[in-house]
Amino acid sequence: MVGGGVRKPLDYEELNENVKKVQYAVRGELYLRASELQKEGKKIIFTNVGNPHALGQKPLTFPRQVVALCQAPFLLDDPNVGLIFPADAIARAKHYLSLAPGGLGAYSDSRGIPGVRKEVAEFIQRRDGYPSDPELIYLTDGASKGVMQMLNAIIRSDRDGILVPVPQYPLYSAAISLFGGSLVPYYLEEEANWGLDFANIRQTVTEARSKGITVRAMVIINPGNPTGQCLSEGTIRELLSFCYRENLVLLADEVYQQNIYQDERPFISARKVLFDMGPPTSREVQLVSFHTVSKGYWGECGQRGGYFEMTNLPPKTVDEIYKVASIALSPNVPGQIFMGLMVNPPKPGDISYMKYAAESKAILESLRRRAHIMTDGFNNCRNVVCNFTEGAMYSFPQIRLPQRAIDAAQSAGKAADVFYCLKLLEATGISTVPGSGFGQKEGVFHLRTTILPAEEDMPAIMSSFKKFNDSFMDQYDGYGGGGSSYSRM
Amino acid sequence: MAAPAVAVDNLNPKVLKCEYAVRGEVVMHAQRLQQQLQTQPGSLPFDEILYCNIGNPQSLGQQPITFFREVLALCDHPCLLEREETKSLFSADAISRATNILASIPGRATGAYSHSQGIKGLRDAIASGITARDGFPANADDIFLTDGASPGVHMMMQLLIRNEKDGIFCPIPQYPLYSASIALHGGALVPYYLDESTGWGLEVSDLKKQLEDARSKGIDVRALVVINPGNPTGQVLAEENQRDIVKFCKNEGLVLLADEVYQENIYVDNKKFNSFKKIARSMGYNEEDLTLVSFQSVSKGYYGECGKRGGYMEITGFSAPVREQIYKVASVNLCSNITGQILASLVMNAPKVGDASYASYKAEKDGILQSLARRAKALEDAFNNLEGITCNKAEGAMYLFPQIRLPRKAIEAAKAAKKAPDAFYALRLLETTGIVVVPGSGFGQVPGTWHIRCTILPQEEKIPAIISHFKAFHESFMAKYRD
Repeated sequence: MVGGGVRKPLDYEELNENVKKVQYAVRGELYLRASELQKEGKKIIFTNVGNPHALGQKPLTFPRQVVALCQAPFLLDDPNVGLIFPADAIARAKHYLSLAPGGLGAYSDSRGIPGVRKEVAEFIQRRDGYPSDPELIYLTDGASKGVMQMLNAIIRSDRDGILVPVPQYPLYSAAISLFGGSLVPYYLEEEANWGLDFANIRQTVTEARSKGITVRAMVIINPGNPTGQCLSEGTIRELLSFCYRENLVLLADEVYQQNIYQDERPFISARKVLFDMGPPTSREVQLVSFHTVSKGYWGECGQRGGYFEMTNLPPKTVDEIYKVASIALSPNVPGQIFMGLMVNPPKPGDISYMKYAAESKAILESLRRRAHIMTDGFNNCRNVVCNFTEGAMYSFPQIRLPQRAIDAAQSAGKAADVFYCLKLLEATGISTVPGSGFGQKEGVFHLRTTILPAEEDMPAIMSSFKKFNDSFMDQYDGYGGGGSSYSRM
Repeated sequence: MAAPAVAVDNLNPKVLKCEYAVRGEVVMHAQRLQQQLQTQPGSLPFDEILYCNIGNPQSLGQQPITFFREVLALCDHPCLLEREETKSLFSADAISRATNILASIPGRATGAYSHSQGIKGLRDAIASGITARDGFPANADDIFLTDGASPGVHMMMQLLIRNEKDGIFCPIPQYPLYSASIALHGGALVPYYLDESTGWGLEVSDLKKQLEDARSKGIDVRALVVINPGNPTGQVLAEENQRDIVKFCKNEGLVLLADEVYQENIYVDNKKFNSFKKIARSMGYNEEDLTLVSFQSVSKGYYGECGKRGGYMEITGFSAPVREQIYKVASVNLCSNITGQILASLVMNAPKVGDASYASYKAEKDGILQSLARRAKALEDAFNNLEGITCNKAEGAMYLFPQIRLPRKAIEAAKAAKKAPDAFYALRLLETTGIVVVPGSGFGQVPGTWHIRCTILPQEEKIPAIISHFKAFHESFMAKYRD
């Protein structure tokens, strides 16, 4: 259509369909409604996103001291700087400034500052016992950007399929929609502690292939989001064997590797297991591993610091990935310094070590306690069952909604869990994300909340939830008369 | 085992297709030579690599603005505000600005994900800054803070490009983010040529011709990219030209994508920066008349804070459903980095007359801008004095884009070496002098013409040596290849 200026290119109808298909519930309907209510003066507890500092967790002192000094290097010249900054923070700031010619204000290497990537490689080596190559580690503005880059490189058309766990963190489904690929879901088994059923997964892949989908990659989130499960070494081995047989690249989202709340299954990286398995698997399986400064006990979400490490990718592929990274010029430099500090924190003997260790320990131990408080609190509610949060930052209780509630939701034009979550929000100010935002089996409903509210607020929050839930269930469960039915596993 | 799951032959072809010369072949070669200088000193005919390929001022010694860094340091480590010693280390207005900024951040938590458009209080400050700049109101809800301006550009391309028949008008020469982004999103780049003989002017008659041409080929042209001041070309558009462009977009139903990241880099007295929003509003055009996206960044200007990745886009003339989609895409990445957000609010609300830091801030700013203007002139004159080279004035931005009339023998030598002639020249320049420039083919140019893009950013005291080394190289190159 020419001239006249009547049709506008950014009218809704004229938008890229892939954009319209994208869903990201974490900041979707519930969050927007909660924000509206907050503007009207209602007290809202935002548990929709893993954002620890927003719920009162304090930043660790040492990294903030170092980055402040890097930000304002003139402080280092002041004779009084030692009065308010410890000597090891001063030394570390000088170290990072020497690694970043031009300081925090210059674009770095598009892959990130080489010296920081070296620190990351050394961390990986210490963690796993296998050498890591800084040239294959790319720093990014948050892990999400790295995930986006990888999926964009892999997905050619809607006939390229990516295996994604259900439930999943909806960055994966959103990115696959944006890039026009196909999401091939594999269901985690709630009754088996959100375990993987490889027979089912193989079946899923076979079905996808029969529909003409080329399954290219498999996403694993370990510890899980929203589900929190920590994979055993045996499961990771099975995963890698599966990827080897089916020729899939494994995308290992390991951003919660520091958030472990049980001792039976400590974190073990996919890369370590891969190398433990030895050749041919260890040489053939392609793996990309993601990490971040946003989670763990650092919780520095606002810095947007992350990295991905590539294993067994051909050099030409790496070149293409470098090329795409170079268009964005460089990841933000303060975020890179946070990453360097996270993988290379104060050590015993350093001036700041005691404080750093105490701050870290306090956060992790509190998270572990809150994981229990929340799981137990949910399990104490009518028609709610909740797997224990073994890791990560979330609780994902199953809400067994009575049929009458499901019907009421339908009349209101809402998915049943959205309906429940909106009512929860309006009654208690607790802003959660409905399970449909993450995926769940048909007819089974959940919500995701975080374990991040302050520990002292937890009992009140759980009792407020229980009050709402139990009265909701009273309302929709029906007293006597024609057996009510529930959503079921 | 079958062929690897992910290899070049099964990568997304759009990734394979896109290119970005600013950090491309010549630069990678420079990095290898730099390694060589370290491991084998004296093995090359020069002592250092001089990176003139990228608008990265602080990597070449430009100092950050003190006031901005004071505020950022205090926001990074708010505990400092509770210490007595802080008053002697930081200026009073930096302390009060940081205090205000922290008060506008929920929980003073600079480590938390913010609202996906950016912290509201910072957007309010930016909107005020835009209003003060233009004399027309700006709305905080129209602002999306991004990790640098580039992610905003990508977002718009994603929104606009549905398939290979969707076209985006781009200036030639252009900053190759645009060509790369269009390729990545699978669209068609529709070129409009800037006229080198008229100081890189933009003729609406040419736009109309290119538009008809594209439409006749079945391309649905959706948007027009204008870079003002220009990159790599450095021209500052005349107001009348801007009005013609606005009218053209309105009449043809095109989204105007206004890259204004060099708005504070103007080196001539007879031109000034006018935002496209200001021009449109002063023509009486409101949101119903024009869909406009204006991009700004903290990477350029006199602040040059590239490494912070701060920037924003201001979107006007969009319907509510579309704004929701833009918000939705922004929300998938949660938010841009907080330091960058704070810096964007400082850039758009710099110290004013009467503020404690004003005098020193102004001295720093003027020092940088005046030095940039001197360097632009010195390099422009130097290029124009060389045989076969003509160079338009850099009225703004950070680059010179001289045209080099390469002799036939040089072009043949390039062909034999399987290089584009301007890449061949740039590589020879690098290997002889250590100076890194970007071949004009990375930006686009009229076929058969050759250019290089050279920044004006090396330290002022290095400029004479750069000029003399360049001259010596060029003279020997021409002596070798002259017809």
